[in-house]
Amino acid sequence: MTRPRTIIEKVWDAHLVSEQPGAPALLYIDLHLVHEVTSPQAFDGLRRRGLKVRRPDLTQATVDHGTPTTPRTLPILDQVAAAQVARLEANCREFGIPCFGFLSDKQGVVHVIGPEQGLTQPGMTVVCGDSHTATHGAFGALAFGIGTSEVEMVLATQCLPQRRSKTFKVEVNGALKPGVSAKDIILALIARIGVGGGTGCVIEYCGSTIRALSMEERMTVTNMSIEGGARAGMIAPDNVTYQYLHGRPFAPQGAAWEAALERWRRLPTDEGAAYDKEISIDAAALEPMITFGTNPGMGIPISGAVPDPAAVADPLERETLSKALKYMALEPGKPLLGRPIDVVFVGSCTNGRLADLRAAASVLKGRKVNPRVRMLVVPGSQPVKRQAEAEGLDEIFRAAGAEWREAGCSMCIAMNGDQLEPGQYSVSTSNRNFEGRQGKGGRTLLASPLTAAASAVNGVISDVRTLL
Amino acid sequence: MTKFTAFESRVAALPVDNVDTDQIIPARFLKTVSKEGLGDQLFFDWRYDAGGSPKPDFVLNTPEAKEARILLAGDNFGCGSSREHAPWALTQYGFRAVISTSFADIFKQNSLKNGLLPIVVPRQVHAELFAMHARDPRMTLRVDLEACTLTLPDGRAVEFPVDPFARRCLLDGVDELGWILQQEAAIAAFEASHAAPINTLGA
Ligand code: SF4
Repeated sequence: MTRPRTIIEKVWDAHLVSEQPGAPALLYIDLHLVHEVTSPQAFDGLRRRGLKVRRPDLTQATVDHGTPTTPRTLPILDQVAAAQVARLEANCREFGIPCFGFLSDKQGVVHVIGPEQGLTQPGMTVVCGDSHTATHGAFGALAFGIGTSEVEMVLATQCLPQRRSKTFKVEVNGALKPGVSAKDIILALIARIGVGGGTGCVIEYCGSTIRALSMEERMTVTNMSIEGGARAGMIAPDNVTYQYLHGRPFAPQGAAWEAALERWRRLPTDEGAAYDKEISIDAAALEPMITFGTNPGMGIPISGAVPDPAAVADPLERETLSKALKYMALEPGKPLLGRPIDVVFVGSCTNGRLADLRAAASVLKGRKVNPRVRMLVVPGSQPVKRQAEAEGLDEIFRAAGAEWREAGCSMCIAMNGDQLEPGQYSVSTSNRNFEGRQGKGGRTLLASPLTAAASAVNGVISDVRTLL
Repeated sequence: MTKFTAFESRVAALPVDNVDTDQIIPARFLKTVSKEGLGDQLFFDWRYDAGGSPKPDFVLNTPEAKEARILLAGDNFGCGSSREHAPWALTQYGFRAVISTSFADIFKQNSLKNGLLPIVVPRQVHAELFAMHARDPRMTLRVDLEACTLTLPDGRAVEFPVDPFARRCLLDGVDELGWILQQEAAIAAFEASHAAPINTLGA
């Protein structure tokens, strides 16, 4: 009998190219996703060294970060962004890499398009020059973000030198209460372990609550693993995974599908496998969550009060919290509920999929966005946009007074002109509330699509359960 | 890459935990297709006011921090996005080492690939460093990667951990891509025995 292994170790072991003493392991990469922001310097590096892309057939590019979400009939007005998009498209042509370009009907946020096209599959190794690559772990893939030097390495060799990570089991059990969603699970986890709590680890999410989530909800959870400091987060594949994948353009078909299923069914963690760290969460006790500060770990239940720095013992921690509250212009001890907001953003690789848009629309149906509030709804990809329109979700958003826009990262990172004004408050379904993340001086409160939509209707931070 | 040699320098102190890469280099500067000019944009929104003038109370704008090659920062430095623009900006500005109690994984990897040394020190030493710096903002520290030591103003040498492979690469000034390319035979053997699960060129 071999030692029982976690899914994390199984996928790692299956991709070992070499492991020599004194050196990192060399890991083979099955899927490399590329976008316009973190790749130009890597392609320059290849040219400088006279190298080719080793496996264009395992590489897929798209544009998302800097692309406008205005109608595609308009060109990219920001010349610098336009040049970066053009550079990616040119690099892809030069090196033979397939690219869902600006005008492609498959274009979208890199972590939305991989799963959507069936490129992301159980047991794979997936990398991208983007920290939210963890998203793809929802399929039981070992997926992590890399820097541009590493993008160059993978382009050139399809391999990465890596050190084995620690394993971290996050078990979530129990039924979620109405109004509480996948986003609240992950925000609650990060609030508990902190933004450095998963450093050096790969998380495996398990338990009855995770099993009951759809693939889209699972992606919301794994997506924010990085906000807890973990490079990757995985969920063992099951029938929900297989049903989602079946029939997608790049998923295996016919006999290959049956063979893949057999492989995938061997992936889940063995009985008795040990983890370096474990934590459990009672899903039934969770409330909708919202962040108040300038990192994703600064989160509280929606009915909670802003914490008081005076109650923090560690001086550096106290200083960090004070600085955050000053930036957010929030008073310690006060509730967030009822505070006026300026903008609501629904979108991003965390919550820009069809299920997220449906959730937001379910609250907005027959209601209006408060006139004080600008609400942007940005689908994660062109296919998501088309599906939403086929269901009439765009009509619900428009009728409520929200903006229905083209696919991209948009106000998640505010590189494309969609941004907050200094001092504005937004309730956002994205993943980062760092200072200036949604525009210089802007103040971000992270929450679920349900909470975002409820807050849009009332014009103030709201508990969606009062509108259900 | 140039070889990483021992050096002594003044210290810029940034007593904030969880400094994220959006602060180190704000996203609006990532539209560049080169690595040039990022040093001027380092910590831009903390460093300059709305009118573009240096904020006198930000550490990089203080006279004591001029020429500082070492950044002393709070816990979990470099969290957030994977942008390698963060270590590019730090090194272009002139930093060669960052000291903290811990670093975010991707930032640490990116730094080591760009000649920027992430130095992890125990909490106690970390607190002492901030206290010493508060007393004497002109203090200097010596970083010796060969010996893996940080020498404090009082002469004490504190050892720090570094991945031995990354350390060798830094000291020799070589990058990891060359090392991977030497393993062509192993890579080809892996490919021969593992069918690719997808083909992005063929759907
Ligand atoms: S949606 Fe936001 S977090 Fe996701 S890839 Fe785009 S910028 Fe990054």
